[in-house]
Amino acid sequence: MNIPAIISGPHTHSRFSVTETMFMVMICLSPATAMGFYLFGWPALFLFAVTLASALVFEALCLMLARKPVHTYLFDGSALLTAWILAMTLPPWAPWWVAVVGAFLAIVVGKHVYGGLGQNMFNPAMVARAALLIALPVEMTQWIMPVDLAITPGFGEALAITFGTPPAVDAYSGASALGYVTAELSAGRPLSEIMGNSFDVKTLFFGNVSGSLGETSALLILAGGILLMAMRLITWHIPLSVLAGAATLSGALYLANPEAYPSPFWHLTSGAMMLTAFFIATDYVTSPASNLGRVIYGAAIGALIVIIRTFGSFPEGAAFAVLLLNGCVPLIDEYTRPRIFGRTRSGKPLEIADE
Amino acid sequence: MKLFSLSSLKRSTGYSIRGGVHPETRKHLAAGCAIEKLPMPKLLRVPLQQHIGAEAAPLVQRGDHVLKGQIIGKARGAVSANVHAPTSGEVIAVGPFTAPHPSGLPVATVTIRPDGEEKWGKRLPRLRPEDASADEIAKQVLEAGIVGMGGATFPSAVKLGLGKRYKLHTLIINAAECEPYLTCDDRLIQERPEDVADGIAIMAKALGTARVVIAIESNKPHAIEAMKRYIRQAGPGAEVMAVPTLYPMGSEKHLVQTVIGKETPARALTAELGVVVHNAATAQAVHKAVRYGEPLLSRILTVSGHGVERPANLEVLIGTPVSDILDHCGGLTGEPERLLLGGPMMGMPIQSLRVPVIKGTNGVLALTARETRRKESMPCIRCGKCVASCPCGLQPNELNLRIQSDDLDGAVDIGLMDCVSCGSCSFTCPSNIQLVQGFNYAKGRLAAKQSQKHQQEETKRLAEARTAREEAIAEAKRKAMAAHKAKQEAKKKAAAAKKAEAEAKAAAEAQADGAEAASQDAPQQPAATPTEAAE
Ligand code: SF4
Ligand code: SF4
Repeated sequence: MNIPAIISGPHTHSRFSVTETMFMVMICLSPATAMGFYLFGWPALFLFAVTLASALVFEALCLMLARKPVHTYLFDGSALLTAWILAMTLPPWAPWWVAVVGAFLAIVVGKHVYGGLGQNMFNPAMVARAALLIALPVEMTQWIMPVDLAITPGFGEALAITFGTPPAVDAYSGASALGYVTAELSAGRPLSEIMGNSFDVKTLFFGNVSGSLGETSALLILAGGILLMAMRLITWHIPLSVLAGAATLSGALYLANPEAYPSPFWHLTSGAMMLTAFFIATDYVTSPASNLGRVIYGAAIGALIVIIRTFGSFPEGAAFAVLLLNGCVPLIDEYTRPRIFGRTRSGKPLEIADE
Repeated sequence: MKLFSLSSLKRSTGYSIRGGVHPETRKHLAAGCAIEKLPMPKLLRVPLQQHIGAEAAPLVQRGDHVLKGQIIGKARGAVSANVHAPTSGEVIAVGPFTAPHPSGLPVATVTIRPDGEEKWGKRLPRLRPEDASADEIAKQVLEAGIVGMGGATFPSAVKLGLGKRYKLHTLIINAAECEPYLTCDDRLIQERPEDVADGIAIMAKALGTARVVIAIESNKPHAIEAMKRYIRQAGPGAEVMAVPTLYPMGSEKHLVQTVIGKETPARALTAELGVVVHNAATAQAVHKAVRYGEPLLSRILTVSGHGVERPANLEVLIGTPVSDILDHCGGLTGEPERLLLGGPMMGMPIQSLRVPVIKGTNGVLALTARETRRKESMPCIRCGKCVASCPCGLQPNELNLRIQSDDLDGAVDIGLMDCVSCGSCSFTCPSNIQLVQGFNYAKGRLAAKQSQKHQQEETKRLAEARTAREEAIAEAKRKAMAAHKAKQEAKKKAAAAKKAEAEAKAAAEAQADGAEAASQDAPQQPAATPTEAAE
């Protein structure tokens, strides 16, 4: 059969392209990232740089191996964004090789093994994070207290922290909010006591706490997320349903026993929850395409995070929750197809109602 | 990137539709240009297929002299349209010419060299719409060769006859003009509102609709204003509705949903909901045809894009070559990235400047690379923007996936045939995937397959019919033979029985009579076959 190749419309296009989209997401991430640099000093910046650089190297290698045009794809921003998000979830003073291993896991295992851009089923940054959490439980939970500016490691010391043998990390280290609460809870202390003398929701929200590089300030992440929605890069469906899912479940638990379960506010004001809601769960490739699907997917992630935080052995459940739901996306997509114009949900033409 | 559009703040009404996109309208390029009449071109190439349906049959030959308004192509079949000579002159060729038809294939075209005298031939009889019946109006529109001038080019007379089959209550005039750049309907309504209003009243009469809604996008306040001033002439039940500025507002079923809030069922006509949609330019053509007996000879179109020196709104004769139009507008500013007939969303690219404009051509656009923003395609990143923008509730990404893997049936299962090719998905796709291109290709292949299957079935049916006929003939012959034998036998018997008693003789005669009757029947059947075979 010979069908002449006709150029179909449209003959104009919106301004959005993949590259611009990715870079705009990065812009929205930068306030929280900058806060991370400010709180944790030079080592955080080094770690961040190493993650991004090694991700680009792995991306280039994979593209060459797959014989894809390196030029077009390398700077499409997708590898950078993946690495950026991964870096934000690392402990800020982790040694350089954690970043390199993480970038390898994200770019090679998480993305190119599946066939590259758009083909991966699981969020590459979360693949890397989950694998690191399981493989390197010690390095991945070396939290430090935000650096008192008076004792900020100098440039040279910072180099040593990231690239050499850490001199005296213990001097700075402290538990992350999540880790601390989980540990104390399992030690049987009532929550009011734990919360009372260590964290309050406000510091958690503004970010002056120990934690991952970019996950400390829920407020700045929220600001970036709102910007993301304002620029129409994402819709409200996933972030809001993640937060709603988490709030509903944790609220129910809290009402049942306020002494054993932290309040919903404590969950919602954590940077990790915000980052997941606005930047991780919303990853285009690994989330459902229809709005209904997005709501289901988001709510399930939110609830799952609370479950893992409360009942699981890991203090942070975002990575696992997201990966689990990534696996369900094809199923969700299948059952949440939008209704076709002029047809019922099952695909039959609508009935004509008599007047 | 648009954070919000100003036009969406302007007052608009109507029920909401799903999806849609907000391309930059770029209407300012031509919106301020009053309609100009294009000087007579040196040649007119009038295709005999300017509409959906069967090609018109040519009525003229090379060397004939034609008069303005003379019919040169006769509508063939129920869905077709007459074609008229746009001016007086000499027919210098009748033959295939590359037409502005989606297929890009040549169609029969009458080439006329105008003599410049504009001598009118016989006009159609004028009608007084006040006294004319619905049938008379529809017939006049049919004779005048009017088709949907928004670009759909469906013969208008067929749509005006829908009142006979359906109970209609609303006529919607589509003046949304949702395609970027185009301003011809806008200008038409601003400059000739009384003509449009009169045409609308005539159409409403033919359709028997009590309510008339003139739908104009909210970004055309002047047109809304002008139409409101003449609204009384459009009929007692007429109103102007400022519909939201959203592409594809002008899509028939989506406009109906916006205006009356009802979704037309798949594969059904809007008429089944009691609604018929006609274009504003069509209304003006109907006005001219009914009041003055003028067939459709010219149309208004927008020449625009940064690729033309001087954007304009022109009134041109049907068959005017694109080159004449561009010359009048100062030519091209350079090599355009895309040269289009129609709007940028659904218009058709043309390769040659010699192609003529036809009844459905509402724009001639020369777009620069900055306007087309063509980029290399990237893999789908599943962002879902196409899904959110599809006004038909489809999943273009999924459709594309299935078509790419050659699963056409799978694509049909998830709604390929419900796609209206509006282009919203491709427009918004950040990966610049040519989604619509793929859909049109798939639809083409399915149509080809369908017609092949149809042909096969047709062949099979004919073969079976032939076998049946042959069997019938054989059967008839056998019967005839049997009857003949019976007769012979009867005769023999009769001869043998001559010696027999008188009672026996009478019985034999009775038997012969019966056989005779049978032999008379027999030749009838074979006689019927030649006519059947002729089918
Ligand atoms: S808009 Fe393009 S990239 Fe996004 S899901 Fe649709 S086809 Fe894929
Ligand atoms: S072209 Fe088809 S699939 Fe794409 S938006 Fe329009 S109707 Fe939907």
